[in-house]
Amino acid sequence: MEKTLDVPYEYLRSHKKFPHVWCPGCGIGIVLGSIIRAVDGLGLSKDEVTMVSGIGCSGRMSVYPDFNTLHTTHGRALAFATGIKLAKPRMTVLVVMGDGDALAIGGNHFIHAARRNIGLTAIVVNNSTYALTGGQVSPTTPLGARTTTSWYGSIEPSFDICRVAEAAGASFVARGTAYHVLELDKLITRAIQKKGFSVVEAISQCPVSYGRFNQMPSGVDMLKWQKDNTVSSAAAGKDECQVSRVKGQGVSSSASGKNAGAGKIVRGVLLDRDLPEYTEEYFKLVERLKSGETGK
Amino acid sequence: MSDGAALLLQGNEAVVEGALAAGIGFYGGYPITPASEIAEMLSRRLPERGGVFIQMEDEIASLAAVIGASIGGLKAATATSGPGFSLMQENLGFASAAEIPCVIIDVQRAGPSTGLPTAPSQGDVMQARWGTHGDHPIIALCPSSVSEAYHLTIRAFNLSEKYRTPVILLMDEVIAHLREKFVLPPPGSVEVVDRIQATVPPEWYFPYEETDNDVPPMVSFGEGYRYHIDGLFHDRAGFPTSRGDEIRPWVERVFRKIDRNLADIVHTEEEMTEDATAVLVSYGSTARSARYAMHRAREKHRRVGLLTLQTIWPFPEQAIDHLAQQARRILVAEMNRGQLLLEVERVVKGRCEVRGINRADGEMVEPRQIMEALEL
Repeated sequence: MEKTLDVPYEYLRSHKKFPHVWCPGCGIGIVLGSIIRAVDGLGLSKDEVTMVSGIGCSGRMSVYPDFNTLHTTHGRALAFATGIKLAKPRMTVLVVMGDGDALAIGGNHFIHAARRNIGLTAIVVNNSTYALTGGQVSPTTPLGARTTTSWYGSIEPSFDICRVAEAAGASFVARGTAYHVLELDKLITRAIQKKGFSVVEAISQCPVSYGRFNQMPSGVDMLKWQKDNTVSSAAAGKDECQVSRVKGQGVSSSASGKNAGAGKIVRGVLLDRDLPEYTEEYFKLVERLKSGETGK
Repeated sequence: MSDGAALLLQGNEAVVEGALAAGIGFYGGYPITPASEIAEMLSRRLPERGGVFIQMEDEIASLAAVIGASIGGLKAATATSGPGFSLMQENLGFASAAEIPCVIIDVQRAGPSTGLPTAPSQGDVMQARWGTHGDHPIIALCPSSVSEAYHLTIRAFNLSEKYRTPVILLMDEVIAHLREKFVLPPPGSVEVVDRIQATVPPEWYFPYEETDNDVPPMVSFGEGYRYHIDGLFHDRAGFPTSRGDEIRPWVERVFRKIDRNLADIVHTEEEMTEDATAVLVSYGSTARSARYAMHRAREKHRRVGLLTLQTIWPFPEQAIDHLAQQARRILVAEMNRGQLLLEVERVVKGRCEVRGINRADGEMVEPRQIMEALEL
């Protein structure tokens, strides 16, 4: 436990950029802690790690850890990261996005980064809302949920981030929560280790811009919700996962059937497959051309 | 390509040769007429020399990837046309704010909207200047021949590296697809500029600090200098700030780094202006028509001169100011409804007559139209 709490301090730009911008009860700092412990556990040097972020509350994450850090434009983090990865193929590139950032304005970049299977680790902090702008409806806001732009309850079906990533071609897809923090450490560790495009959906809480409107006014309420409404993939049985829309928070693959996890959101590694990675394929092509092959 | 031999190159091909000579290491782009040849050629040439070519999912991603690659240490560029240039405005602003060197080639076609994809225009002049939101300096260059397409592409890379700024090569479709004889300069014969590297240890490095030349050194990611790059207004270390006393020096510096180097950045060419009472001002392919009209005028002993602008942003105020003192008339020929005309009027301040010679229907401004304006 001590290590869990202490490791982040070795990685934070503590003398420069604190206090942070996040509200009391927010889950983004918990996700940052998991990312840092994953990097630390893998023994990566800070110089070998780049963190790229988009815009929103999660976008602010890149300011704090002492890596090479880039805070980009809204939705475009993966496209910036693609350029960095191709310029520095050995770099571990972590891309932190929010749900609106990754799936709405950045949806096109998300599916194409997955399709290329480029070696980036995408961490989507899913708090089901546009928190920084005051809690508007997002592509992962559950049907019926109240937000500042769905005041009468959202009538839009939502995305399942993990299913989108799988369908688009990602190598590795996992889901964790801010409540199950040690599990999240492990999921992010595996995502970083994976060669191709890997996605971790980190279900997080925003009591201020989301929970308040949905009968979960505190961070604790929302963490309890994560505890009570999710089930590990081991317990649920992966084959039984199916998309359902859960009023509450995350809209996610949920377990079906008659077991104890029925109707709950499934956590854990949802997909792990070996596919050719884009950067490697590109430089193989360069090598082929160097040796005189024209590729015809 | 063979060195020293005369080639029959089109403008887009010359841009590719120029980019390669300047040391391009990364190209990210999205197909669009009339710029696609640039991507097609670089998709073959870059991997051959170990560089990176990637076709992105749209123009927004293209410029984002270009900026990312530049942060990774590669000289990077993208090419597009009007609709794609519109999509790039957001990240063009990012490159300005974060001071990331990159080159954006805009082969202008008639617009607005989808317009006339295969027809020329010079309609993106003001978009190049003000297309992204907020106050920012910008450099835009306009080639009016295949040879200039080559040399100004190299200059675009050099200026972007030297001043840590995005540079726009604002070409028009006529020059992009015009074929002219061109002899490739031998390798190593053109001046190539690389960004200034830090000479201080990482703990002393501030990516946005005030320096003597107003262009702070830029270190690539992954070289031991861990720092933050942000599109938010930032302090000298790169971290977001909303403090006016930290923002003002930054705003002033990014303008100053361009303003104090106008002699280096702004290039124009004067022909027969010494005694001219009427001066044509033009750029890109339109300058060729203007040159023809000038020669016909001279044959009739009319005192007509020509000012061709290779740099249109920052606007060549000094050259216009000088001509406004001697000329009775300045005629601004451009393939739009009068965009740079407004800038000329601004500088002339009523000291002489200023008129536009304009066309915005997808056809180039022909010599005849300019001759008519000169009452020839």
